[in-house]
Amino acid sequence: MISQFFVLSQRGDNIVFRDYRGDVQKGSAEIFFRKVKFWKDDGEEEAPPVFNVDGVNYFHVKVVGLLFVATTRVNMSPSLVLELLQRIARVIKDYLGILNEDSIRKNFVLVYELLDEVIDFGYVQTTSTEVLKSYVFNEPIVIDAARLQPLNPASMFMQGTKRMPGTAVTKSVVANDPGGRKREEIFVDIIEKISVTFSSSGYILTSEIDGTIQMKSYLSGNPEIRLALNEDLAIGTSDYRSSSGSGSVILDDCNFHESVRLDSFDIDRTLSLVPPDGEFPVMNYRMTQEFKPPFRINTLIEEAGSLRAEVILKISAEFPSNITANTIIVQMPLPKYTARATFELEAGAVGQTTDFKESTKRLEWGLKKISGGSEHTLRAKLTFSQELHGNITKEAGPVSLTFTIPMYNVSKLQVKYLQIAKKSSSYNPYRWVRYVTQANSYVARI
Amino acid sequence: MAPPAQSSRYPSPSQPSGKGEVSDLRLQLRQLAGSRAPGVDDSKRELFKKVISYMTIGIDVSSLFGEMVMCSVTPDIVLKKMCYLYVGNYAKVNPDLALLTINFLQRDCKDQDPMIRGLALRSLSSLRVANLVEYLVGPLGSGLKDNNAYVRTVAVMGAVKLYHISASTCIDADFPATLKHLMLNDSDSQVVVNCLFALQEIWNSESSKSEEATREKEGLISKPFIYYLLNRLREFNEWGQCLVLELVAKYVPSDTNENFDIMNLLEDRLQHANGAVVLATIKVFLQLTLSMADVHQEVYERIKAPLLTLVSSGSPEQSYAVLSHLHLLVMRAPYIFASDYKHFYCQYNEPSYVKKLKLEMLTAVANESNTYEIVTELCEYAANVDVPIARESIRAVGKIALQQYDVNAIVDRLLQFLEMEKDYVTAEALVLVKDLLRKYPQWSHDCIAVVGNISSKNVQEPKAKAALIWMLGEYAQDMDDAPYILESLVENWEEDAPEVRLHLLTAIMKCFFRRPPETQKALGIALAAGVADFHQDVHDRALFYYRLLQYDVSSAERVVNPPKQAVSVFADTQSNEIKDRIFDEFNSLSVVYQKPSYMFTDKDHRGPFEFSDEIGNLTVGVESEHEVPATSVDANETSDLLLSTTEKEETRAMVANGSDYTAPLYDSSSRALPSQGQSELAITSLLGTSDPGPQASMAIDDLLMGLDLTAPPAPASAPPSLKLNARAALDAGSFQRKWRELPVAISQECELSSQGAAALTSAQALLQHMQGNSIQCIASGGQSPNFKFFFFAQKAEEPSVFLVECKINTSTAKAQLNIKAEDQSTSHEFSALFQSALSRFGMS
Repeated sequence: MISQFFVLSQRGDNIVFRDYRGDVQKGSAEIFFRKVKFWKDDGEEEAPPVFNVDGVNYFHVKVVGLLFVATTRVNMSPSLVLELLQRIARVIKDYLGILNEDSIRKNFVLVYELLDEVIDFGYVQTTSTEVLKSYVFNEPIVIDAARLQPLNPASMFMQGTKRMPGTAVTKSVVANDPGGRKREEIFVDIIEKISVTFSSSGYILTSEIDGTIQMKSYLSGNPEIRLALNEDLAIGTSDYRSSSGSGSVILDDCNFHESVRLDSFDIDRTLSLVPPDGEFPVMNYRMTQEFKPPFRINTLIEEAGSLRAEVILKISAEFPSNITANTIIVQMPLPKYTARATFELEAGAVGQTTDFKESTKRLEWGLKKISGGSEHTLRAKLTFSQELHGNITKEAGPVSLTFTIPMYNVSKLQVKYLQIAKKSSSYNPYRWVRYVTQANSYVARI
Repeated sequence: MAPPAQSSRYPSPSQPSGKGEVSDLRLQLRQLAGSRAPGVDDSKRELFKKVISYMTIGIDVSSLFGEMVMCSVTPDIVLKKMCYLYVGNYAKVNPDLALLTINFLQRDCKDQDPMIRGLALRSLSSLRVANLVEYLVGPLGSGLKDNNAYVRTVAVMGAVKLYHISASTCIDADFPATLKHLMLNDSDSQVVVNCLFALQEIWNSESSKSEEATREKEGLISKPFIYYLLNRLREFNEWGQCLVLELVAKYVPSDTNENFDIMNLLEDRLQHANGAVVLATIKVFLQLTLSMADVHQEVYERIKAPLLTLVSSGSPEQSYAVLSHLHLLVMRAPYIFASDYKHFYCQYNEPSYVKKLKLEMLTAVANESNTYEIVTELCEYAANVDVPIARESIRAVGKIALQQYDVNAIVDRLLQFLEMEKDYVTAEALVLVKDLLRKYPQWSHDCIAVVGNISSKNVQEPKAKAALIWMLGEYAQDMDDAPYILESLVENWEEDAPEVRLHLLTAIMKCFFRRPPETQKALGIALAAGVADFHQDVHDRALFYYRLLQYDVSSAERVVNPPKQAVSVFADTQSNEIKDRIFDEFNSLSVVYQKPSYMFTDKDHRGPFEFSDEIGNLTVGVESEHEVPATSVDANETSDLLLSTTEKEETRAMVANGSDYTAPLYDSSSRALPSQGQSELAITSLLGTSDPGPQASMAIDDLLMGLDLTAPPAPASAPPSLKLNARAALDAGSFQRKWRELPVAISQECELSSQGAAALTSAQALLQHMQGNSIQCIASGGQSPNFKFFFFAQKAEEPSVFLVECKINTSTAKAQLNIKAEDQSTSHEFSALFQSALSRFGMS
């Protein structure tokens, strides 16, 4: 059972604090924050999501820069608590439209209302946005999204290293549109995070796709939905031989949201469900089948005397030319004794930035856009503060890449159609099916 | 909610007390209280919000209590909810105010709107004020019978809240029985789930006082009830399913068909997107198949893919929780995961707590077919910018080398590390090369060539320096300049850590025996510096060497540098018993912390169905790294946690006695134990270490008794009149003291029922049973068929205690008892009671 739940800002301010059992001291939020903050000083690493201080167990997840924390004295399932914290964040987001410090502060009464229904006396009751609707009466004060997000649109894809990008939908599930009528629409996002490791010779060492089909429904009256995937979709390696050979999509494994019914999944790869309100993953999948990596990276390091070297980075976009990747960041750790780095971009380069991070000795190369089929090169001249000894390739690298490619997915998994049970002949809600590919860990060794 | 009262008591100078604002609010509230003007609710809402926001930031607004309650006489549910929030916050710290609200809440409990009934009831039961319980019973009673499910779910939780304020009121009102009825009959799944939460908590706490509660608690894992829950499983939401699955994992089916039925029913739960549901299901599968080795292995195969999917979906925090469990399974059965090693490769952007787990998994799964690739990957991390991970990676390579038969390639890699010229890489690699040489002396030639090239000036870390010095001493004959390097090291005597100085002394001694003329000078300096050293151990060792040399040089050589056998296995840092306990606590924090729950929770908080014993008090710090010295051949794999305590204490004692050379003594003690085919004898550590003589003889006595089966079996029934205290408490220290002080009152053998012997598959099972008979266990150990326990019990009316040492052999179904009693006159009565309790084990 949960003793307390609280939300802290990055500075450690208490934004929300709810005590359910009264068996953990009140100062727990400060104890927690101090522990997390000074963890690095103790062990040079970040605090794990679960730790114990004086018999109190602290669980936390980071969501949009906020810390969602639960405490308990009981030996609980860590998965359960961490999942719960993530769900609470999602429920709050569903209600407020946008989740951040400001929106929580403006709506704290609503948030407390939610918290009272989600957990009673430390026991989880429900985290379903849909179910909660009937118990929650405050209306959200919607904050202006544009004003609060000065960062570029892709930045929401960059929150955390592994976080699933949220859909761009920032509408509350309960608030009405200015016109008073809700727009009937449904969003289905196929989000794939890819991890690739290239060896120094460019050979693919490991590759994996972690995908999610995420849904957010604003349909009234909870109609049933059918979601059809590729018919030749195979799951598990045992299916491998029976599948129709090349071209088919083979998933290693997948799991489903509890609302999904798989009655006809084995026959025609269709998922049927009555989507609950709010955002939720319909299906998570994992794939290690070979795929064509969207980017190739070439790194060349040339020593020029004992105090200088030149790094040449070349990235080639190996996807169709009608597709464009956004916000590409190439990073490379340089030798510790690098004193200076000067950069030379190719002629006519637009929207590219270069930087040498003095403190971390890291080279950073940003590209706003890369269209399919193109190639880009960066030359960096390094100056060292001490003479080179040994192999420079052991002191630098690996090169890592982050990027987002909208309307592209590497697995070839597709939503063939999205069928909504019709209430009337005129009922034709908006359907948005979107694909996005994102780098999770995209690394080239040198 | 933030603590308002506290901050009002200690007003911070920087924060305005808000007095002006509060009186302002009071005025406005008063104006609105009686008003029936249109839109008045909206203005009230604004005001209420203000009050609550003050409350959250710590301004004391409790003086507005009356006005707030007055304003809440309204059908507006938003207002009511805010008022409840306010009331709930202040009633706890101000019981007088709470009394005021009772009326108001009680009235709302009868409202037409079920939402208001529910909310009022929740607020009423959340007041947590002891003198108000009389007002709570009525509304709770009607709440439990309400025709609206929401009100019932709230009322069920209310009953537990009442139990916490006043257990007797809750029991007297017969709420547990009502809850049980609801649990078995209610149509609403959340009501059923809440009843289960509530009853687990109530019965768990009552079971120490009442046998009925114990029976009820056991009833929760009875076949009919488990089947009832399983049949309704799909109705429950994911959190409810977690609760039910946790319960099912405790259930022991009567035959294998049942096992398979349950697993078939639950198999689709493995595809759930919620990691908590999947892990709870896995726990059921693992527990159900514990006695079916081949099916158990199939379960591992089956759960691999879902676990890996969970690890790679979801937030980093969630994947960490799942990965910890995967880690546990990999450590238990590495061979099953050997082909999945690529999943355990680290990604550059993962947090280091994830990387650490992955490195351990990579180390565990390394076998002949994948070692090359794994080591290649690990070598990449060794050059990592993340220094702690780079270090761990090098250690991982070393561990793999130590567990492999074919270490050719790995040794080359390690030697390459030494040539990388990064200080921390060199340091870690030196330590590893040292360990490697202890296991594979045949590699000395290759290693020494490389080690010889390392300048000792580049090695600063004490551990690494000590390793280098050890190698210099050990292989003095193969390294031309060993005496001279050692000599130069002696010159900086003062600057080195005591650990290094100790090694330096020994290394110089070893070198001296091989190359006396070259080393004599260094030895002289070292002994002189050592004898003058302020560090006790260094001083003592130097003096010891000095006298030894004075006595006889060849004896000195036999003592300091005897021929060594290679180390075959390095001692595991964690005992098997601890690992098994963690495994039994699958899907809990124990897995993440890699400690059994008794090490990090107090007794009241181990959660439902985690039966505890007091062994934890005896084993503080067991989990710390512990390495068996080189000469202790064949480290005892089965050493249990008690054994490791003994070793530790012995080691400490030796060090205190001034000799760091614990190996020979140490060796003899740890070798004597495994020769018995079990490690339980080390329980003698309980008896304290201050007096090792009698202790050792006692262990032998124990042995003899174990063989002596002549004692007559005692009568097993006859209801004894002695009453025991069900909540007896005794800490490990007092137990040890009393055990030392008291004489053995009764020593005899008794028999277990055949069912009892069969049921005793783990020590845990008997502990629960004896606890039910008011006999507590303070330490236990052993594996089938031999178990050993220390129990204690206390008389109900007086503090007089009984202590029992009980050794059970399940294959012969016999138990050997040694009973000590503070009150000797009742020892026979107690013995009869104990034996009758023991004989009933397994009969229920």
